[in-house]
Amino acid sequence: MWGIIRQKVGAGGFPVPILEQSLPRLRPAVSAWRRYSSAAKEMTVRDALNSALDEEMSADPKVFLMGEEVGEYQGAYKISKGLLEKYGPDRVLDTPITEAGFAGIGVGAAYYGLRPIVEFMTFNFSMQAIDHIINSAAKSNYMSAGQINVPIVFRGPNGAAAGVGAQHSQCYAAWFGACPGLKVLAPYSSEDARGLLKAAIRDPDPVVFLENELLYGESFPISAEALDSSFCLPIGKAKIEREGKDVTITAFSKMVGYALKAAEILAKEGISAERFVTKQVINLRSIRPLDTATINASVRKTNRLVTVEEGFPQHGVGAEICTSVIEESFIYLDAPVERIAGADVPMPYAANLERMAVPQVEDIVCAVKRACYRSVPMTATA
Amino acid sequence: MAIWLRRSRNLAHYLKAEKGFWKVPNQTRLSPCFFNPEISSSATLTGENCGNPPSFLGNSPTLFGSRRFESIKAGREELDLEDENGGHQNQAMDFPGGRISFTSEMRFVSESPRERIPCYRVLDDNGHPIMHSNFVEVSKEEALKMYTSMVTLETMDTILYEAQRQGRISFYVTSIGEEAINIATAAALTPHDVVLPQYREPGVLLWRGFTLQEFANQCLGNKADYGKGRQMPIHYGSNKHNYFTVSSPIATQIPQAVGAAYSLKMDRKDACVVTYFGDGGTSEGDFHAGLNFAAVMEAPVVFICRNNGWAISTPVSQQFRSDGVVVKGKAYGIRSIRVDGNDALAVYSATRTAREMAITEQKPILIEALTYRVGHHSTSDDSTKYRLVDEIEHWKTARNPIARFRKWVNGTGWWSDEDESELRANVRKQLLQAIQVAEKAEKPPISDLFTDVYESLPSNLCEQEELLRESIKRHPQDYPSDVPT
Repeated sequence: MWGIIRQKVGAGGFPVPILEQSLPRLRPAVSAWRRYSSAAKEMTVRDALNSALDEEMSADPKVFLMGEEVGEYQGAYKISKGLLEKYGPDRVLDTPITEAGFAGIGVGAAYYGLRPIVEFMTFNFSMQAIDHIINSAAKSNYMSAGQINVPIVFRGPNGAAAGVGAQHSQCYAAWFGACPGLKVLAPYSSEDARGLLKAAIRDPDPVVFLENELLYGESFPISAEALDSSFCLPIGKAKIEREGKDVTITAFSKMVGYALKAAEILAKEGISAERFVTKQVINLRSIRPLDTATINASVRKTNRLVTVEEGFPQHGVGAEICTSVIEESFIYLDAPVERIAGADVPMPYAANLERMAVPQVEDIVCAVKRACYRSVPMTATA
Repeated sequence: MAIWLRRSRNLAHYLKAEKGFWKVPNQTRLSPCFFNPEISSSATLTGENCGNPPSFLGNSPTLFGSRRFESIKAGREELDLEDENGGHQNQAMDFPGGRISFTSEMRFVSESPRERIPCYRVLDDNGHPIMHSNFVEVSKEEALKMYTSMVTLETMDTILYEAQRQGRISFYVTSIGEEAINIATAAALTPHDVVLPQYREPGVLLWRGFTLQEFANQCLGNKADYGKGRQMPIHYGSNKHNYFTVSSPIATQIPQAVGAAYSLKMDRKDACVVTYFGDGGTSEGDFHAGLNFAAVMEAPVVFICRNNGWAISTPVSQQFRSDGVVVKGKAYGIRSIRVDGNDALAVYSATRTAREMAITEQKPILIEALTYRVGHHSTSDDSTKYRLVDEIEHWKTARNPIARFRKWVNGTGWWSDEDESELRANVRKQLLQAIQVAEKAEKPPISDLFTDVYESLPSNLCEQEELLRESIKRHPQDYPSDVPT
C-alpha cells in the first residue's frame, strides 16, 4: 500500500505533508529505514576545515599555517583549533598585524620549498596583501619560466557575514577569479570544505580558498569516504547538487544553500502550475578554473540559466558564466540569462538594509519564474 | 658605600616581601636589571651590576621629594639614583614588553642625532688601507676575481646601455657606481646563500657564474633565455645560481626573503638569505613588515640597502628624514652597520661578518651601503634633468669604486696596467659577440606563451593555443617569420 501511494504522489498531485499525515503509523519505520541506509555522520564546516588542515599538516611536514590569531587564540573563527598544541609554534605561526608582511613571507617560504597556508582574518583584509598574491604568487611561475613555483594556499572567510558593514562583507571571488596563475575555490558543504582544502594544500599552484563565516557553524551530512584522510576533490569540477530539467541555477558558497531552498519552494509551488518547475542546482565549487563544461551541458538540457552570487554585479562571476554560455550554447537558450547578485552599494550595516543588499531566497525564486516566463521580466539585480 | 649596600639589601628584602605591592610578575619574564637597563639579569639590588654610583647621599632634590611618602609606607626607603643622562630613577615598573625604569625628567628623544652614525671604511680614496682598520683579509685570487668582475660588470652595463640606445634591446638598467656593492657582497657569500635581488644587482649573478651570453639572452628574450622570453630585460633569474627572478614591484622581495629564511631555518641549513633594496625601497610598507617580522621570527637574513642617494628623481632628503637607513634597524631590534659602499674591502668584510652572525646567531642583520647612482635610473630616464652634471661626474671619477680598488690591487703588485687593457678589450669583445649571437638566435616558441601559468596546462589554454595555431596557419603572411611555431 505504501508503494502504491508513493506512485500516485510521483505522478503529480499529492503534496507530501498530506501524505505524511495519512500514514502516521508507517512513518517511524520509514525514518528508521532511512537512517540505516544513508550517511549517519554530520560535520560542521568548521570541523571539516580543521580536520583537513590537521590531516594535511600531519601528512607533509612542509605544510605550515600562518595568520593572525591562528595559534594561541585557536583561530579567529576557531578553524585552527588544537593545531598549535599538536604541531608547535614552528608550524602554526601567530603573525604580527601585517597582511602584506605575512603574505610576503608566505610567498617567500613557498619560493624556497615550504607549503604555507596563509589565513586572512577575512578576505577584505587580503586587499592589504593583494600585490603579493597577484604580482608575486600568481605570476611567479610564469615569469620565472617554471623555475619558481608557489604552492601556497590563501584562505579565510569571504563575502557577507551578519551585521559587519562594508569593510567586512565584500565577496572577492570575481577579483581573484580574474587573475591567471591563481586557482580560486569556494566550498559550500563540509564535504566540499574537506575535499577542496585538501586538494588546495596538495596543489603545486597558488590557491585562493574562499570560505564563508556563516557556513562555519552549519552542519552537513558527510560520507565515510569523505572522512578518509586521503579524500580529495578535483579542482575545476562543479557539483550538481540537485537534479532538474527546467532551469539551471549556478551558485557558490552560501548561495548554494539559498538556491536549494528556492528549489524546495518552487517544488511545492509548482503544484498549481501545469507541471513542476524542477531546477538543476549547480554548486560551482571552483571559480577558477570555472567548470564551463558542466554549466553548458546543463544549460543545453534545461535551456534556461539563473546565476546567483553574493558579490557586486558588475564584472562578477555571473557575468563571466553568462558570457561563457552565450559563447558556447547560445542557440540552446530559450530565455535571457538571469543574474542575481548583491546590491551595487558598499554593504550597509542596519539589519534591514543589509537584508536588502544581499540576495535572498525570494529573489532566486522570482528570477527562476521570470526565466520560465511565469512572471513579468525586470532587471535582475537584488 | 657600606651603608648604601646595607640599605639596598634591606630594600631588596623588603621588595621581595612586598611583591604584591610592586605587582612583580614571574621574574623569569623580566628583562633588564632594576637600575641599569643595559644589563640583563633578574632584578637584584645588591649594587654589583650597577655602573652608576648612587648619589642619594648628596643633595638630590628628589630625595627630599621621596621623603614625602615615608609617612605612607613607614620603614621603606626610596633609593634615588642618578642615571648617566642626569635623570632620576625612582623606581621601575613592569609593562607588557618588559621592565622600564622611570625618569622624572621630561625629555623627548631627538629626531636627529647630534652626530650621524659613522661609516665603516677600510680603503681611503687613494686605495690605501687605513691604519688600524680591522677587516677580513682577501686572498690575491679573490681580490683579482673581485676586480675583474667589477670591470666586467661596468663594461656589460656600458655596452648593453648602448645597445638599448641603438634600438637592439627595449630597456636596460645599469649599476654604474655600485659595482663594489654588487661584487663584494657576492664575494662574501657562498653559493648556498639564497639571493632575492631588487633589480640593480646583476653583479651578484655575474659573480656566481652567469655568463655574458646568458645575460644577453635574457635581454634579447630569445629561446635560450631562462625566462622563456616572458620578462623585460634585466629581470634575470636562475635557480641553479640561487638567485631568485627579479620582480619589478619595489620591496616585495623583503618579506619574501624573510619567508625563505624561515624555510632555511626550519631546514637548519648552513646558509642565509640575502636581499637587496635601494633607499627608495625602504619607504614601502613591505620594508617595515619584513624587518619587523625578521626580528620576531629570528630569521637568518641579511638585508643590504644600497643607499645610492636617488630613487629615480627623488633624493634621499625627500625619501626619509631619519639618519639614513642604518638607524631603522635599531628600531626593529636588528643589529645594523653603515658601510662605505664604494669601498670593496669594507663591503666584503661587513657582509662576511654579517653572514656569520646571521647564521650562527639565527638573527637578521641590516647593512646600509652608502654609494651613488652614477647612471640614470634606467634607459627611460635622463637624470641630468633633476641633478647636476658636475655631481654625477664627481662620483663617476673621483669617487669611482673600481678606480679605488684598482689603486689597491696595483699597490699590492697584483695587477698591472697591461692586465687592465687586456681585460677590458677581452670583455668588450666577448660581450659584443654575445649580443650578436643572442640577436641571431631564435625567439621562444609559441607554446611558451601558454605554459607555466599553472603547473600543468589547463583545458582553456589548450583550446586557445589550438585556436592560435589555426589562425597562424590560415594567415601565415601576417605572422613574424623569426618566431618558431
